[in-house]
Amino acid sequence: MPSQAYHAPATVDEAVALLSGEPDARPLAGGTDLIVQMKSGRNAPDAIVDLKHIAALSGVHRNGDGFAIGAATACTALKNDAALAAAWPGVVEAANLIGSVQVRNRATMGGNLCNASPAADAVPALVAAGATCLIAGPAGEREVPVEQIPIGPGHTSLAPGEFVVEIRLPGQVAGGGDAYLRSIPRTEMDIAVVGAGVNLVLDGSGTCTAARVSIGAVAPTVLLVEDAAAALIGSKLDDAALDAMGKAVSAACNPIDDKRGTKKYRIAMVAVLARRTALIARERAGAAS
Amino acid sequence: MSKIHVTTTINGDESEFLCTPGETLLDALRNRLGLTGSKEGCGSGDCGACTVVMDGQMVCSCLVLAAEAQGTTIDTVEGVAEGSELHPVQQKFLERGALQCGFCTPGFIVASKALLDHNPDPSETEIRYWLAGNLCRCTGYDKIVRAVQDAAAELRQERTPA
Repeated sequence: MPSQAYHAPATVDEAVALLSGEPDARPLAGGTDLIVQMKSGRNAPDAIVDLKHIAALSGVHRNGDGFAIGAATACTALKNDAALAAAWPGVVEAANLIGSVQVRNRATMGGNLCNASPAADAVPALVAAGATCLIAGPAGEREVPVEQIPIGPGHTSLAPGEFVVEIRLPGQVAGGGDAYLRSIPRTEMDIAVVGAGVNLVLDGSGTCTAARVSIGAVAPTVLLVEDAAAALIGSKLDDAALDAMGKAVSAACNPIDDKRGTKKYRIAMVAVLARRTALIARERAGAAS
Repeated sequence: MSKIHVTTTINGDESEFLCTPGETLLDALRNRLGLTGSKEGCGSGDCGACTVVMDGQMVCSCLVLAAEAQGTTIDTVEGVAEGSELHPVQQKFLERGALQCGFCTPGFIVASKALLDHNPDPSETEIRYWLAGNLCRCTGYDKIVRAVQDAAAELRQERTPA
């Protein structure tokens, strides 16, 4: 595979300098997308900047009530962090639906996000959870919501020289619960035909007081669907509310026809899947309240 | 293009090689170190024929750059047997006929051993999910699953019903 240089910087500043200094340098996290793209010729970077030797990019850390997940942390490591898995089971499960065990031992949520596939499994779960990204670049650091990173298939809003340092999750509140489901024709090793992430909060009476609903593989980017959340808020997730949420996610879709599913199927299926996901989130929220 | 010098521990022995920046670990193992047990099936992380254990975690060596191996510990299929003594996973693959063409077998052996190293008594479902990243186009997987179950039992020193 063509690449002129491999760098393994130890600090964020060194990585920024390397990524801004080369005309077409690419950050490397797990490599499970980038290396495949280099082999196929879709990506031919002049230099590879391996981010895994930067301490801030590795591991799960407590961040106030919440979590800061180094962008180069392998998906398997998320599952091994008991506090994270208890607070955000939907996020951890979503990241651990990606690929095989071999792939998850390398693949990262930072890479899953920045590869900008519309079908990325971790992303709807992160968006539903209200996650943000800390980004480093030549102009310094900035923090943006996860949903603002992908702008189209394979394209992100990151400026040249920028990369994601960490993904920040808030603490899960009392009465809160999240879930992610994807629809695939196989049981493992497949790409989502439709994905749905739901995070909601229930009060003591079981009424939904806050919600975020995100859908994947049904538009050029993962979507945050505010109308779908609005349909749940104030309800007890009765059939009428769930139907309204389903209509809202179907209305938000802008899918393609491809070998994985037709446009019509995706629009119909996303309502079904979002409903199933919301019911799992409700169960978890009920258990947490 | 300058070559990169990599020092790593492979199957317990310190090992050094030179590689290019875009070279995969699989290519370095096969072409520079003569460790041709790991196979290239798909080259894209779908088939698992190139599975090795890197710092205790199984990975597709086709999806790791050789340069990333600097300072790591790598275990390949060549290190599974102890001299001429086959590992129980290897022995049970033979006894159960868990292979036909054999191309996927090194990856299955490494992945199965990795499973049993951390889970000595996996359920059939756990075995099948664990091995989902290893493709075999010959056996239909059933004999592979039985071989792993037999190897697990032997490693636990239990007898299996015939």
